[in-house]
Amino acid sequence: MLFALLGVVAVGSGVLVVTTRHLVHAALWLVLTLGAVAGCFLLLSAEFVAWVQVLIYVGAVVVLLLFGLMLTRAPIGASDELDSSRGQQVAAAVTAAAVAGVLVASLVDSFRGARIDLSGDHVAGSARQAGEAIFGSWVLPFEVLSLLLLAALVGAIVLSRRDISPDPVPLDTRSGD
Amino acid sequence: MIDVLEGALRVLLVLGAFLVLPLVVGQTEHKAMAHMQSRLGPMYAGGFHGWAQLVADGVKFAQKEDIVPAAADATVFKLAPAVALIPYLVVLVAIPVGPGLVAQDLDLGLFFVVAVMGVGVLGSLMAGWASANKFSLLGGLRTAAQLMAYELPFLLAAASVAMAAGTLSLSGIVQQWQPWWLLWQLPGAVVFFVAGLAELQRPPFDMPVADSEIIFGAYTEYTGLRFALFLLAEYAGIVVLCALTTVLFLGGWHGPYAESLGWLWTLIKTMVLAFVVIWLRVSYPRLREDQLQRLSWQGLVPVALLQLALTGVVEVLIT
Repeated sequence: MLFALLGVVAVGSGVLVVTTRHLVHAALWLVLTLGAVAGCFLLLSAEFVAWVQVLIYVGAVVVLLLFGLMLTRAPIGASDELDSSRGQQVAAAVTAAAVAGVLVASLVDSFRGARIDLSGDHVAGSARQAGEAIFGSWVLPFEVLSLLLLAALVGAIVLSRRDISPDPVPLDTRSGD
Repeated sequence: MIDVLEGALRVLLVLGAFLVLPLVVGQTEHKAMAHMQSRLGPMYAGGFHGWAQLVADGVKFAQKEDIVPAAADATVFKLAPAVALIPYLVVLVAIPVGPGLVAQDLDLGLFFVVAVMGVGVLGSLMAGWASANKFSLLGGLRTAAQLMAYELPFLLAAASVAMAAGTLSLSGIVQQWQPWWLLWQLPGAVVFFVAGLAELQRPPFDMPVADSEIIFGAYTEYTGLRFALFLLAEYAGIVVLCALTTVLFLGGWHGPYAESLGWLWTLIKTMVLAFVVIWLRVSYPRLREDQLQRLSWQGLVPVALLQLALTGVVEVLIT
């Protein structure tokens, strides 16, 4: 019951994120969507994932998003030029529906009738379970992912620093001397 | 029935603490600052040291007109104080005061607390944007930049204690705590406290509200009760940060007669830390934006990482 309610909130605010004409409101609706999804995780006994969702997405990603919006342009009131063309809207709706269809079908098919065992000390989804799974059977993919992230970090720093880029002379002074 | 009553009682107690403690900290701040700077301020209301001035200020706030600027985004503008305040109330639920004395003992308490605390900053961002005021927008931007810089060392320092204790439950961490951790986790404790101060935008990290340059940052356009709510959020934040530092690094309820007087120890440690917060405000000048960022990325983050490594090495050696 509660799960269905949270689901409705998540989907409803998700739709509002893409349909609202207020740029910053879209980001704020996103907070509600992500929060509702975190609530769903909680109800599925995945406590760890739920709080990580709040910590990373609500606490960091949305803040970064708002920071970017406020730094560039964040008009108060509706911005009409934000709308994409009719064709693009249809294409986006079709893609979204198709992805949702595939995901729902595969999830329902693979977890049909599955039940969460709440009786033991360490329920699936608790921090201990998640830790044992990640650093036990999934340790190799975990390490590969962390390496990938590290490479991306180093790449971002190299791209943003002028003084260590392969072309050390700034573009605007090259022709001068 | 008993369960429901007990739950209601716990919630009421937390609400009471939430309403009383921030006001106590606020009043202490007024008085401590007044005496440290030798400018006493209002001393007559109510008799002893003008304690009733707090009541008078509250009445004044409630009487003021609630103004929403014409160009502002009214909904977001009105919602912002609540978003700033409520997370701190929610966090208090998970903080253990004494052995077994906690409103709701969560298996993932530490994660819950830092996650929910991070939501509060959205209130300042919303206020900064919705006010339709350049100074407010600048304040909001500075808030966001500061949060992004200090969230990382804050989390790393907290993770170090969790590693040492081998649990994410706040009560569990206090139970595992031993006096020599004071030394072992000292760098982590300093990083945690300093980064927490910066997230609360307390002086010397009050660049986002720097009154001499951007008036009062994101809160410039607020009046009356909504403004009071933002102030309350700041003091509630101090209480939460000090209580968390106590629980994670200072051993919470540990002390003489911990079984019966544990809650008193937690309270005393929290209040002493709150006094340190006030003391720092009077002692240090405001940091510039570039100094702020440098302190976090070049100072606190490396120290927190070193602390994490140290915790790991010691943990492996003693087990």
